[in-house]
Amino acid sequence: MASYNTNEFKNGLKIMLDGDPCSITENILVKPGKGQAFNRVKVKNLKTGRTLERTFKTTESVEAADVEDRDVEYLYTDGEHWHFMEPGTYEQHAADNVAVGDAAKWIKGQEACVMTLWNGAPLSITPPNFVELSVTQTDPGLKGDTAQGGSKPATLETGTEVRVPLFIDEGDVLKIDTRTGEYVSRA
Amino acid sequence: MSERWQPAASREIIHLRARMLKDIRAFFDQRGVLEVETPLLSSAATTDPNLNSFSTRYLQQELYLNTSPEYCMKRMLAVNGDAIYQICKSFRDDELGPLHNPEFTMLEWYRPGYDMFELMDELGELIRLLAVAYGLVVASIEKVSYAEAFMRSAGIDPHKTSAAECRDCALEHGIEQPVGLTDDVDGWLDWLLTQLLMPSFPSSGLTYLYDYPSSQAALAKLRRDRNGNAVAARFELFYGATELANGFDELLDAAEQRQRFEQENSHRRSSGLQSSVIDEQLLAALEQGLPACSGVALGLDRLLMLLAGADTLDQVLTFPFSRI
Repeated sequence: MASYNTNEFKNGLKIMLDGDPCSITENILVKPGKGQAFNRVKVKNLKTGRTLERTFKTTESVEAADVEDRDVEYLYTDGEHWHFMEPGTYEQHAADNVAVGDAAKWIKGQEACVMTLWNGAPLSITPPNFVELSVTQTDPGLKGDTAQGGSKPATLETGTEVRVPLFIDEGDVLKIDTRTGEYVSRA
Repeated sequence: MSERWQPAASREIIHLRARMLKDIRAFFDQRGVLEVETPLLSSAATTDPNLNSFSTRYLQQELYLNTSPEYCMKRMLAVNGDAIYQICKSFRDDELGPLHNPEFTMLEWYRPGYDMFELMDELGELIRLLAVAYGLVVASIEKVSYAEAFMRSAGIDPHKTSAAECRDCALEHGIEQPVGLTDDVDGWLDWLLTQLLMPSFPSSGLTYLYDYPSSQAALAKLRRDRNGNAVAARFELFYGATELANGFDELLDAAEQRQRFEQENSHRRSSGLQSSVIDEQLLAALEQGLPACSGVALGLDRLLMLLAGADTLDQVLTFPFSRI
């Protein structure tokens, strides 16, 4: 089993904690000048997205998490699974709702996503930072309100609701930042 | 954020460092303490299991960078017996963090004829002088024994405690148990010191801890405390929760020093570290005879950090590790 020593700790390193794969987001040395050194790390649990803190006596080793990222294209969903393909090899992967998570709000087909695999199985999907989606429903904006920078809800073709400026109409294609879930511009 | 090739420290900090060094030199000059220089390269590595020496080569000869200038300064003391100080770089592998840089500036000085309490006073005078000059508030000064500080904050006697008692104490105070910390009492004491004691020190006060456990004596003499415990004549100085200096009433006995080096090496081997080449030249100096003296090492980058009102070393290092 692969493992890492505390002196290999750095941001982005994938380790196993409490049976879950985690990614190190912060690594701080705690050490009295003449005393025992400790590594206090913050990690993101890659399954739950939650952040937790843990301290290791320096020179301890920790099991490595077999986690890797693959570039994939989103194909379709059959309701239960979401199907992705690696463009180079045509290898297909089916991810469940848990793995797809919030990415489901932004993908409709053909988007280039990053799939994180844990022990070869899909763990999470990261959608592109920006996607272009059309508006399927929104109420007409009131004339004259645009100057005040008002906003209104609009439903996108993926079923997701976002806040948009009042001048947006049904059928408009919008650019959305998937990291914040916010409207950027008309595409 | 400036570019990676540029100095990270501001112009003000670079000037402040220069002024601080000048003031420190004037302080020692007035007191007749001689500035000296010793090599940064050494043919022996540290045996301290908690320190790692950088290694390098001169042609085929394996050499190490000093983790402090202590050994060479003691070799000078054994011959001349003058009060001496040095400002130099020291190097410690695998130490990088908000308060650690693998290469750092150390002020170390030795006072023949001083016991550790006299040296603590002189250290305090230097710090107060600089604090006044640069506007660092020193609201209180306290000297407290290691045992008393533990009794006060943790309710345990560090000279008689066990790993199990330390673990219970950590639990009781909501402090996590580090992975891999099991039955090592000194490791537990270090953990409680950093997590429980240091954060409880007055935030703008100077706190001296003295009379460390005999197992943490390093190069300090052993002595008996008021309660008859064998303790190390060793002290540390903290400003708030920041460790600044470590000092010893220096061990003079060559045979005991050799035994400690050998113990440290066996500790290194049992923790999976390589044992180090013992510094025979220091031992030879001790055999020749070192005057009774106390010595202290002060981290100048950390002191500058406090004087500048910064909270990480990277703000005061001209080129921190990330820019070399």
